[in-house]
Amino acid sequence: MKTDTIAAIATAVSDSGIGIIRVSGENAIEAVDGLYRSKGNKKRLSAVKSHTIHYGFIFDDEELLDEVMVAVMKAPNTYTREDTVEIDCHGGILVINRILETLLKHGCRLAEPGEFTKRAFLNGRIDLSEAEAVMDIIHSKNEFALKSSINQLKGSVSDKVRSLREDILYEIAFIESALDDPEHISLDGFCERLEEKTLRISGELKKLTESADNGKMLKDGINTVIVGKPNAGKSSLLNVLVGEEKAIVTSIAGTTRDAIEEYIRLNGVGLNIIDTAGIRNTEDEIEKIGVDKARKYAANADLVIYVVDASCPLDENDEEIIRLISDKKLIVLLNKTDLEQVVTDEDIRNQFINMPDVSENDCRIICTSTKENIGMNAFEDAVKEMFFNGEFAVNDELIITNMRHKEALMEAYKSMEMVQESLKNHMPEDFYSIDLMSAYVALGRIIGEEVGDDLVNEIFGKFCMGK
Amino acid sequence: MPEIREKVDVCVVGAGHAGCEAALACARMGLETVIFTVSIDSIALMPCNPNVGGSAKGHLVRELDALGGEMGKNIDKTFIQSKMLNVSKGPAVHSLRAQADKAEYSRAMRKVLENQERLTVKQAEVVELLWEELSSQDSTYSHATKKITGVKTYTGAVYEAKAVILCTGTYLKARCLCGESITYTGPNGLQAANYLTDSLVSLGVELQRFKTGTPARMDGRSIHFDKMEEQFGDERVVPFSFSTNPEEVQIEQASCWLTYTNEKTHEIIRANLDRSPIYAGIIEGTGPRYCPSIEDKVVKFADKERHQVFIEPEGLHTNEMYVGGMSSSLPEDVQLAMYRTVPGLEDCKIVRNAYAIEYDCINPGQLYPTLAFKDILGLFSGGQFNGSSGYEEAAAQGLIAGINAALFVQGKEQIILDRSQAYIGVLIDDLVTKENLEPYRMMTSRAEYRLLLRQDNADLRLRRIGFEVGLVTKDEYDYVCEKEQLIIGEIVRLQNTKVGANKYIQEFLEDKGSSGLKTAASLAELISRPELSYEAIAEIDKERPSLSKDVIEQVEINIKYDGYIKRQLKQVEQYKKMENKKIPVDIDYDDIGNLRLEARQKLKKYKPVSVGQASRISGVSPADISVLLVYLEHFKNM
Repeated sequence: MKTDTIAAIATAVSDSGIGIIRVSGENAIEAVDGLYRSKGNKKRLSAVKSHTIHYGFIFDDEELLDEVMVAVMKAPNTYTREDTVEIDCHGGILVINRILETLLKHGCRLAEPGEFTKRAFLNGRIDLSEAEAVMDIIHSKNEFALKSSINQLKGSVSDKVRSLREDILYEIAFIESALDDPEHISLDGFCERLEEKTLRISGELKKLTESADNGKMLKDGINTVIVGKPNAGKSSLLNVLVGEEKAIVTSIAGTTRDAIEEYIRLNGVGLNIIDTAGIRNTEDEIEKIGVDKARKYAANADLVIYVVDASCPLDENDEEIIRLISDKKLIVLLNKTDLEQVVTDEDIRNQFINMPDVSENDCRIICTSTKENIGMNAFEDAVKEMFFNGEFAVNDELIITNMRHKEALMEAYKSMEMVQESLKNHMPEDFYSIDLMSAYVALGRIIGEEVGDDLVNEIFGKFCMGK
Repeated sequence: MPEIREKVDVCVVGAGHAGCEAALACARMGLETVIFTVSIDSIALMPCNPNVGGSAKGHLVRELDALGGEMGKNIDKTFIQSKMLNVSKGPAVHSLRAQADKAEYSRAMRKVLENQERLTVKQAEVVELLWEELSSQDSTYSHATKKITGVKTYTGAVYEAKAVILCTGTYLKARCLCGESITYTGPNGLQAANYLTDSLVSLGVELQRFKTGTPARMDGRSIHFDKMEEQFGDERVVPFSFSTNPEEVQIEQASCWLTYTNEKTHEIIRANLDRSPIYAGIIEGTGPRYCPSIEDKVVKFADKERHQVFIEPEGLHTNEMYVGGMSSSLPEDVQLAMYRTVPGLEDCKIVRNAYAIEYDCINPGQLYPTLAFKDILGLFSGGQFNGSSGYEEAAAQGLIAGINAALFVQGKEQIILDRSQAYIGVLIDDLVTKENLEPYRMMTSRAEYRLLLRQDNADLRLRRIGFEVGLVTKDEYDYVCEKEQLIIGEIVRLQNTKVGANKYIQEFLEDKGSSGLKTAASLAELISRPELSYEAIAEIDKERPSLSKDVIEQVEINIKYDGYIKRQLKQVEQYKKMENKKIPVDIDYDDIGNLRLEARQKLKKYKPVSVGQASRISGVSPADISVLLVYLEHFKNM
């Protein structure tokens, strides 16, 4: 069996502030030791007794990440029957992610779904009668992981990854076709081109990983704009989210004449929420300015929350709004479900179907009543899900929020660095393609694609070989 | 009716490159063997290109030779030009390629066969396989439900045998196409084998149809060589075989010639595409993408202004020249017109037309990595019959099929070369594990551990296996063991010999264009510098022992590429873990509820021997493998 050391967040991702990272494997204690400092920095985890808990701090080099409790448990009396360390962190999702990332830098690998349980079983920890249950866990967790990665396929992240992969594959195929058929295909001048290309690809990979660093969005917040017709309940929504009466809420349509901005945190995800004036054709000059602003904000938003008054039929103003936001990351709230509902999910979907650049799946519709505080959890979950699936793009920079993806990106980046190293040392061309291939494989993991016959197909598709 | 009935150990059907290796291996391993061919004159025939080796293929031949095969020795006796390809690239992709004197190659191999003890060469067409149902008792240790008992020839002769090896190449229900003209023959107008397919079908063997093609042969007297670039062989020839004395292959070499197609050639092809049986849809078989016909090249790479054409001699005692790069199935008149547009071929006379050939072969997923049929005990196969392409691929499989058939008859454990041991392992694993939609050709890019699988270390990798099965002599094996010790000893010495940062050394390094030392360094560290080499630092290595060239080569490669080699060794370690997890033959995949449906179907179909092999089947995901591992653990403890 693999005896490498794995790590993962063992608790559900939430903004509760507390979470546990579990590390298991031969080098578990050593790996955590690389991050851990006791008060006074005298204690080494490798020297402590098994099944003891230690207060201290987690550092990434010299940067303090969190104040933690660390439980050290040596094999075999652990869940996995391997050396296991659990880090009890307090700093919230952002910090937990940072700690996990730092562990990955110290020689841990991100655990596969269900891997702790699998190890527990394979190491004889779990009774054989439970084999079925273990297989169930692996099966269902992987199904889930697969689904999330399929969700991701739509996003801008996968487009970027795909295009980088294509670039890499082309170069490998070129090298390989020249190796295979040296009399037909020459590699003269290739190194200069490859150097340029690897620099560019490395740069892009770096940007991608950096955009994931610190969860820029978590800090700065996602630019979120609430839109809707006048009096659909936009300001009520903001008030429910913020928890105070900041926006003026009346039942007179058109009360919010300017945009109101708030910063809130949902499940650890920061949102810069802008409440906008209701969009409708109006003669009122002041209201008109508000409406224009709303359009502008909506156009620049990372996330649009479209509030629909479900008790009133859709009209041409809704059509106008939908046109405006159809290419945006979007959550539709069917509000005022406390009243008699005349607008259904179906009605909304039908509106969107006619729009270009929109697929049905892109449209998340949630029934709410801001007045009765109904549907808010579903709304929060939707935001969280979109965020952790990496669906948001901020300032044209792609955001990677999924740790697994980030790990793969870092690996790809490292491989590209090795290509540069080989180029610098004037290694023969066949060495480049080995590391290029590693980068290709790593990136493939992000979009759930294996290598298969890709290379052979590319060689024959792009280069003319032959006897 | 009286009939001939003979009893032998092994029957080999077909005497091409696979059949020859298979039969020689069996006979040399002590078994009474008979090899059948439709024509004694076509033993080890090269119906297509006049080469042995080439990128990745050269590796196969070296490996085959290290295991005790014949191809390497035979080409060393009969080559007329030799080149090491890719010498400007890394050692892992250096590849030997020799031009063969085709007739001599065939004749020399025939002589080896004829003089091999326990081997009978028989001209006869095998039309039927003889078999019996297996009792359920027999099938507990394999998936087989039937057992092979012998073969029957066209004339009715019966040969009882304990094992049969099928190496029918491109002969099964073969037909050749040259434009509108179709002949029902094997390659080169040889008799096709039209009956065996039916027998295979009745045995439950799944067949498919592949195609390949070959260019025209010209009369050398009609070619204007002065309009072409002359291509020479290497000044110092490296032999294919580890047993050949390098001095014996330093012969006077023949030349090849390079010329190009042009826009006029392409015009003629485009104007006549409707007369190509492939483009007209007459050919059903799947052709290989790596040796496209000239029509394919012109259509698929329309923006290319010219394609290379290599004119290669077919032998020393013939005027026939092979036109490499221009295989075709266009009609005779179009062929002549298009060839005559090529500089140097303006007045060419065609001796043999280019043609495409279609033939039956099996889906190799029906084989174990030993090349034994899963369903039929005692039946083995190798070569183009298994859906591969190329003489070298065929010979490599033939050797493995032969070794394993012999081991099977002897009741010994069969061998499987894995992907980290040899290109041969990669070749066979790909064939039996992956879906192949075209004739399979070896390429260096298919070998994920290619830095370890070099042509220069095939002896170090495989001699032991060849010796253990009985195809490599004790002397040959001892030589390799000694070589290995010398290599290790020298590497250790170089790692432990330090030179100081003194004036003498600094000046020496400066002189060699290398940067000076800050502290003392080992000689190995110096050799690993790109600008230095083992040879280059001889002057400062005072206690250097006298070592042979092949030892020095290994020392240098291992030091220079140490980092890369270590990384691959680490990957191999991971790979081996999965490879060593065997799957019992009586596993019931229906019993594993959590496998995805697609994975279950594929596993049932391919019956992988190890978890590693299972993981390479398309449609089996990592999660399925985890589930399988858990199940196997459960199973083991039951």
